[in-house]
Amino acid sequence: MAAGDETPKVALAGVRVLDFTNLLAGPFPSLLLGFLGAEVIKVESNTRLDAARRPPYSFQTAGGGDADRSPVFNSVNLNKLSVQLNLKEPQAITLAHRLATISDVVVENMRPGVMDRLGLGYSQLRQDNPTIIMASISGAGSTGPESSYPGYAPAFSALGGLGHLTGYGDGPPAEMHDSIDSRIGATALFALLTALFRRQRTGQGEFIDLSSREAITMFSGEALMDFAMNGAVQERRGNREPGQSPHGCYQCLGDDRWITIAVGNQEEWIALCQITGNPQWADDPRFADALKRWDNQEALDQLIQNWTSTKYARETAEILQNAGIAAEVSIDGKELAGDAHLHARKAWDFVDHPILGRTQVPSPPWRFSETPATIRAPGPLLGQHNWYVLLDLLGTTEYEVAGWVKSGVID
Amino acid sequence: MFDALSGVTVLEYAGFVSGPYCGKLLAEMGATVWKLEEPVRGDPARGYGPFPSNIPHREKSGLFLLLNTNKHSITLDPFSPTGHDLFLRLAAKADLLIEDRRPGEMAEMGLDHQKLKESNPGLVQVSITPYGQDGPKASWKASHVNSFHASGEGYTLPGGMTHALFPDRAPVAGGVHLGEYDAGLMAASAAVAALLAKETWGIGQLVDISKQEAIMGLSRLGMAQAMGQDIIYDRSRSYEYGGIFGCQDGYVILYPREDSQWKALVEIMGQPELAQDPRFQTRPARIQNGEEVNAVLSQWAAGLGKEGIYYLVAPSGCPTAFFSTPGDAHRSPQFEARDFFEDVTHPVAGTIRQPGRPYRFGSGALAGTKPAPTLGQHTRDILCGELGLEPEELSRLGRGGVI
Repeated sequence: MAAGDETPKVALAGVRVLDFTNLLAGPFPSLLLGFLGAEVIKVESNTRLDAARRPPYSFQTAGGGDADRSPVFNSVNLNKLSVQLNLKEPQAITLAHRLATISDVVVENMRPGVMDRLGLGYSQLRQDNPTIIMASISGAGSTGPESSYPGYAPAFSALGGLGHLTGYGDGPPAEMHDSIDSRIGATALFALLTALFRRQRTGQGEFIDLSSREAITMFSGEALMDFAMNGAVQERRGNREPGQSPHGCYQCLGDDRWITIAVGNQEEWIALCQITGNPQWADDPRFADALKRWDNQEALDQLIQNWTSTKYARETAEILQNAGIAAEVSIDGKELAGDAHLHARKAWDFVDHPILGRTQVPSPPWRFSETPATIRAPGPLLGQHNWYVLLDLLGTTEYEVAGWVKSGVID
Repeated sequence: MFDALSGVTVLEYAGFVSGPYCGKLLAEMGATVWKLEEPVRGDPARGYGPFPSNIPHREKSGLFLLLNTNKHSITLDPFSPTGHDLFLRLAAKADLLIEDRRPGEMAEMGLDHQKLKESNPGLVQVSITPYGQDGPKASWKASHVNSFHASGEGYTLPGGMTHALFPDRAPVAGGVHLGEYDAGLMAASAAVAALLAKETWGIGQLVDISKQEAIMGLSRLGMAQAMGQDIIYDRSRSYEYGGIFGCQDGYVILYPREDSQWKALVEIMGQPELAQDPRFQTRPARIQNGEEVNAVLSQWAAGLGKEGIYYLVAPSGCPTAFFSTPGDAHRSPQFEARDFFEDVTHPVAGTIRQPGRPYRFGSGALAGTKPAPTLGQHTRDILCGELGLEPEELSRLGRGGVI
């Protein structure tokens, strides 16, 4: 930025987030708040080390895992500050209260009741700061007969109904992993932002009780509508879409290479017949219209598969797109990392981590024209910001901090 | 009452899932959402279903009724000169515009952000497209199946158990329209963030949402492992041991990762001796003897029902789940206890038990859900009430196919 220009505006100017989260479902919304310009302080300790700082996410060393060498922790905690507070120590709880006093948002994903037992529940933090906004992310929510059950990402994909609806119609349900936690976190982010907006207008704080299972269930609402209206239990449908054909994922030349093709209307169907060199398909009565193609999709899929099996996925996607047909490679992680379109859009960013070196991470998932969401710093080293947080923000003394290190309050 | 966005007016010019889901989320938080629909046909979701008894009816599509609760519907053809003018006038009164036209299309229509800003400098515009507004693939088309596989996650599904059974089959997209909901949710957060920026800085702006990037960003944990630790996940990914098991009426997950969880599980199974069995005693041993662990769990699960297993095992702390179907969700005692479902009565479709909201607010409930609008239900109210059109003018526009 040229000299004289004002500092870039951010959406969450002056917002401070106190982060008591672990692994992904909780760290994800605070990561996104940080992208939007909030200052996020992660409260952690060796006693309660974030799972993303431990193996298998961190590299193994002779003495076990190295808390500061985790590519996952880095990517999920960009921009955040780290302060070490061992919440088993009463003095650490006192310091956490003081931080809540100068914060706007608290995010946590411990089991229901744990924050209350620590003395850090909403009713307690609210006394420090009446306008505090707190999101508690739990498996089933803080109430109800199953509220105390433990939870983790694959369980929510199953309990939340997505697992049942994902996979092959004649096979078992799908195993979905970390992205499920992100979806829970993304849901929490929306609730948090609306509460921040409300506070900006009314000055009121808020407590948000988020159920992971409910959050995931929202993504398959249309199947729930079918049950409500018809008592119908929808099943897995692979890559198919009711009433549309061809519509699927087809094998190409190369090692495990696949292309998705979705024909949405008659014009695209005719274009597909032409571009594949099979104009006769357009005259085949089995494929005359969408309904007939749907009824004869097994035969049609076989014809498409025969065609794609002699083609390379990426160039075929381009050829089909140029003919006006929706087509795309089933992109694997490695290919995604080098994807020209994503790099042109700066959808990948590069951040220098003091131990991991230069790392490539996904950019914030939105492009704002006036208040850009940005990556400003790598994930913090454990306790990297102890001094800033304790001395500069809370005004404690070096002498006190040294004592707390010795007594294990700072751990 | 938690009506955080009351006083915010949203113009929604979007169809099917992503844009309307974004609008729905804002509407249930109290925003006033004016949904523009094409005259006669309306939002494509009206033609999608599911329909009661599978009989198509534009006022009875489950997808539409779900995604458009609490909104107002205005039929309007912005391609006609009068419709174009009305669009500009509505946009001038809105805080936020959600649109999902292909990149460049709004400009071709003379409705690009620069033009809209002339009469409404503080307008926030959220544009949702498959690949974003620029870049080499900006003009590419994508259905859900394409977007989901473009995000990297499709390649990792459906996972190891399925892959072992069908090693030659293709990777799959997330169920129903998962990625479209992902994009809608991310767009809704961006919308509120931009509204906050407007409160703080007094500025409007353009927010560019790429579905590919919205979905891809959810897999950042796996991507960090791929790039930082050379761990590539594909659809053969499976548990070290444990995982999915078939049972009498479906499938469950059993994953006794820690020793204490293994001990608790085998006690529930009535085989406490397995806790002391050297083949299974420690996690390294269980990993090494994974097939035997799975044989034991598989045999036990096969004789029981999925919910029976879940309610037996979950209280012990051993990670478990059952694969819930839409019917199971409707019957869940946990959802019941939290009033997750809500009866919504629509004037044409009748009363339908719809999924509600995944959050509870300490300051009070969200307002009760109003049903999705019938096509053009609020055209007269809004065009006459908000824009000051005369009723005769409205009739003329109706005859001309503008509204």
